[in-house]
Amino acid sequence: MYTNKTLKVINLIEYIELVFTDYTLRTITLGTTILGAVTGMLGSFAVLRKQSLLGDAISHAALPGIAIAFLITGAKDSNTLLIGALISGLIGTFWIRGIVTKTHLKSDTALGLILSLFFGFGMLLLTFIQKQPNANQAGLDKYLFGQAATLVESDVWLMAIVTGICFIVMLTFWKEFKILLFDADYAQTLGFNTKFIDILITTFIVLAIVLGLQTVGVVLMSAMLLAPAAAARQWTNSLSVMVLLAAIFGALSGVFGTAISASQDNLSTGPVIVLVAGVFVVFSFIFSPSRGLLFKQIRFIKNRRDLELHKTLAFMHHIAETHEDISHPHAVKLLNNFQGYTRSTLQKLVDKNYVQLHGNMWSLTKTGFEVASNLYTKQSTEDE
Amino acid sequence: MKKDSKKNIKHSSSSDETSTSTEVIAVKVDDLTVAYNYKPVLWDIDLEIPEGVLMAIVGPNGAGKSTLIKSILGILKPIAGSVSIYGKPYEKQRQLVAYVPQKGSVDWDFPTTALDVVMMGTYGSLGWIKRPGQKEKKAALEALEKVGMLAFKSRQISQLSGGQQQRIFLARALVQNASIYFMDEPFQGVDATTEIAIINILKELRKAGKTVIVVHHDLQTVPEYFDWVTFLNVKKIATGPVKDIFNDDNLTKTYGINYKVSIQE
Repeated sequence: MYTNKTLKVINLIEYIELVFTDYTLRTITLGTTILGAVTGMLGSFAVLRKQSLLGDAISHAALPGIAIAFLITGAKDSNTLLIGALISGLIGTFWIRGIVTKTHLKSDTALGLILSLFFGFGMLLLTFIQKQPNANQAGLDKYLFGQAATLVESDVWLMAIVTGICFIVMLTFWKEFKILLFDADYAQTLGFNTKFIDILITTFIVLAIVLGLQTVGVVLMSAMLLAPAAAARQWTNSLSVMVLLAAIFGALSGVFGTAISASQDNLSTGPVIVLVAGVFVVFSFIFSPSRGLLFKQIRFIKNRRDLELHKTLAFMHHIAETHEDISHPHAVKLLNNFQGYTRSTLQKLVDKNYVQLHGNMWSLTKTGFEVASNLYTKQSTEDE
Repeated sequence: MKKDSKKNIKHSSSSDETSTSTEVIAVKVDDLTVAYNYKPVLWDIDLEIPEGVLMAIVGPNGAGKSTLIKSILGILKPIAGSVSIYGKPYEKQRQLVAYVPQKGSVDWDFPTTALDVVMMGTYGSLGWIKRPGQKEKKAALEALEKVGMLAFKSRQISQLSGGQQQRIFLARALVQNASIYFMDEPFQGVDATTEIAIINILKELRKAGKTVIVVHHDLQTVPEYFDWVTFLNVKKIATGPVKDIFNDDNLTKTYGINYKVSIQE
């Protein structure tokens, strides 16, 4: 889809050199990077508002706008088509809001409804356009899956300007965005116009999506919004860090996605970018230190081991307590029936200098006794 | 019904030493009616809440208790009626009012810390765009200390227990330094220690002359915790001092069953 004139099969090192020398490749890489950054940033807001599907609905809702803009102007100029996409994307978004506020329908129903209705209408118009005897018609369907190779310098400039504005607005209204995302009702009682903040965020999400249609396409665009944000959430508990990380993940997806697609024959850029973003998500879900599956499992195993150790120690303490001399030796056999006890837990207790072993006899050390007697009282005070 | 409530208030000023001697009405609700899809949730509510009371709103599930608070605060749009705070429309008096929503109304997995949530209480006085600074941070830390949560200030909010989350919400409202506090079930799902800690703070607020309005579920604790009570079941059943109106008659009217509580004198 993507391999036309300028881009041939090249390897990654050649690609990196080419980014700095080749105009087309530089334009495309810059475009996908900026796009990844802005969608990642705004995607964090969509994910935290539990509006993950909104992006999908908006991008699909943009399709009829593109077709109508073409029908009216007859031109294939990407800016004209994007204005069409923007208008129909916004209409779709506000219809979704309208449906949710004015009817009993839940937001998932409203999203699904608008998504399929607009997309269906868009497809209808596209097939209609294809039957027209018009030389310009070919290429509209690139908006379905995107075609990064068609990016030109003016497209990248537009993306950069919108991203810049979006960044400034986000910094200006940071506090308002944050409180709306966390607790909209409370924000309203403080006197904030939550509707205005909401419309501001939503408008920027629509803008970012529309900008990405040419590159990534209607069908996959929502992944650009969600994947970097979902990955970023795994690494941090701070909103600002999350937004920053999502922007970085998005930008990196753009860079690597373009690189991989340019260095291989017949790989279209949009899907590759989305797949790279997907790799970020999978990696984050597994390897994040606090929320990742791997460390969760490791922590689980470690906790279980600690617990076995504590149980054995407490049991020994229980036995030792019956004697006046705490270091009075007892037979190891005594422990055999205790379920927390194994040879290795005993060895670990010896290593920690809690227990001394003399042949088949064990005895608690002074530190071991103290640790054991504090074991449960300490835990309960730590709790609150 | 309007006459009833006025009578109760007058009655209280002579008998109840905890309420102020000169009757200042903190919150006044007139003919408030709220409906979801044609079904009335609140019907023609008239309510006068005198300044300085600690009031419970009680009633069965679906009686409209939360709805009443949300309509007073403008979160829900009533189909009729008006609300005034110290004689002026609520919109002009926002700074005097603080709100503690139900704990379950937000996503506690939101990426933020306890201190950050409490800081949100300062956003209202800051207004648009302006960022919280040292002064706001100091106020938030003081509020955290008041609710006994200072040690948890940097904790991610999902790692707090239910009771701790409730205290954070309370601290956020305390930071607002308001005159009137609306709280939606602050005792829901908290342990005995937290419940005592919270009620002590509410009693302190009343001592400082603030008005506190609490949606409450546990009828057993009403006489112990509150000095004023409103019975609500779509319509207002009664409102007034706990001493005078917290009786089997009103409970039966509100809950529809023959309710018996023993009120300790």
